[in-house]
Amino acid sequence: MEYLEFELPIKELEDQLQKCQIIGEESDVDVTETCKKIEKKLKETKKDIYKNLTAWQRVQLSRHPNRPYTLDHIKALCGDSFLELHGDRNVKDDKAMIGGLGKIGDQTYMFIGQQKGYNTKTRQYRNFGMANPEGYRKALRLMKSAEKFGIPVVTLVDTPGAYPGLEAEERGQGEAIARNILEMARLKVPIITIIIGEGASGGALGIGVGDKVLMLENTWYSVISPESCSSILWRSWEYKEQAAEALKLTAPDMKKLKLVDQIIKEPLGGAHTDRETTFKSVSDAIVKNYEELKNLSPKELVDQRMEKYMQMGVYKG
Amino acid sequence: MSWFKRKTKGITTTTEEKKDTPRGLWYKSPTGKIVDTEELERNFYVSPEDDYHVRIGSKEYFEILFDDNKFKELDTKLESKDPLKFEDTKKYPDRLKAAQEKTKLKDAVRTAVGKSKGKDLVIACMDFSFIGGSMGSVVGEKIARAADYALKNNIPFMIISKSGGARMMEAALSLMQLAKTSVKLAQLADAGIPYISLCTDPTTGGTTASFAMLGDINISEPGALIGFAGPRVVRDTTGQELPEGFQTSEFLLEHGFLDFISHRKDLKNKINLYIDLITNQPLRA
Repeated sequence: MEYLEFELPIKELEDQLQKCQIIGEESDVDVTETCKKIEKKLKETKKDIYKNLTAWQRVQLSRHPNRPYTLDHIKALCGDSFLELHGDRNVKDDKAMIGGLGKIGDQTYMFIGQQKGYNTKTRQYRNFGMANPEGYRKALRLMKSAEKFGIPVVTLVDTPGAYPGLEAEERGQGEAIARNILEMARLKVPIITIIIGEGASGGALGIGVGDKVLMLENTWYSVISPESCSSILWRSWEYKEQAAEALKLTAPDMKKLKLVDQIIKEPLGGAHTDRETTFKSVSDAIVKNYEELKNLSPKELVDQRMEKYMQMGVYKG
Repeated sequence: MSWFKRKTKGITTTTEEKKDTPRGLWYKSPTGKIVDTEELERNFYVSPEDDYHVRIGSKEYFEILFDDNKFKELDTKLESKDPLKFEDTKKYPDRLKAAQEKTKLKDAVRTAVGKSKGKDLVIACMDFSFIGGSMGSVVGEKIARAADYALKNNIPFMIISKSGGARMMEAALSLMQLAKTSVKLAQLADAGIPYISLCTDPTTGGTTASFAMLGDINISEPGALIGFAGPRVVRDTTGQELPEGFQTSEFLLEHGFLDFISHRKDLKNKINLYIDLITNQPLRA
């Protein structure tokens, strides 16, 4: 397990606890009391730290190297029923954007999401979860296919942004994202979007226009990453903590601003500390939200979705 | 042998008689060509020698596209608020106030309806001089309402983009304006009303990732910068040298993302020609 800087007090206590247990096993000294004390302290420390997370700490948790990624979620949700589908039918198969069909219970869903890697090699293979235009076009192809057969769409968002590369520009990164946003606005099947990690700007919204938009508790969603915001507005990378606060990018802030519909609770310490519980919460959220949407006619569905986005924005006059 | 001969030595003009060139009488294009500002205005704000298209705002575009510069401006009262209490090196309300005082504009877009070659046209035109033409709640709402006006009155719609992207000071609220404007464009599309997107220098970020690339035709002026990620970001991320002309309108035309590039003087004729053709109406002279 890897620890973030602000989690170090937890690591210290866990190490202590481990040592204490080893002493107990290897000698005749009775350490039950001491262990209990440490355990209690550990619990309190955890609560203390995770109940008062700053925006920047949540950003760090959202990028935790042990955090479950899109395919982890899908495989846990669908088990063997998941069938991955590839390619945009134009240029190539984007490894940073995955998709396919799978079942939760009796219902088939079309799953689409950005995929990150878990070590250097797979991170490069997945391009760090930064999709090229082909990724967005692949996503759209799968959504259109789902629409054709009346299959609901679930998108899982986890990206530091759409890839800002030379070839991506040549092949129309902006156009690809714009097209997805427009087509998702009028797609005739339910769309449930869940931010499971990072939700960076157009790269996230490119698969993120949904009837229901949910955020896992320790994720972020905004128009720009705190680092880039710091470098543009403060002209230095040093102000990422302030930028994270200013951007109001956490799940509770986004809920308050009515830009997302629901927060999915994570286990204490973050999604990675108890994956099974996290997957269960995500699965329950998908099923529950689909129940609410499945009886709407396509017209009602699209009208509601459009109306929801028309309400977003704050102005006077 | 000299061409001119000075009869009396020294400068004989008195200070009172000295003729200064008033500021703003001349415009110098990036290639160094110099043009009289009145001539520049007559030439659609294009430097005649090198065809450099000077960055202009809604005032000038309305003048170029609406007959006799007559139009009705829509939703003139909308102004930005500061819902996030955003503060970086400056407070957002202070930035807004400074921009309003500097530009005499309310925000980064103006929307209007008027006649262009005798027929109604709704235009939303962005102003880069207002916080880099950035799109926040007001820009999104005004564009959505203008599109709605076009929808309800069955009038062709045009957006002139000139923007650095979404407005950071409104964070995710800005981001959602991409969705809001696209929703309206989807409705226009479903109603079969033509939408023309004119991408002008510069059109980047969130505008490119929404309405700027969603036209029934996407068009541009010569030499405009158009892209999703700005050139500096692309260079910094990839470490690659950028080819010459990268992300210019000519580059986008070549890669298939623009229908055509129009000189500014032909703009009014060309967009109305397209409207007549696509709506199967007799061509206007």
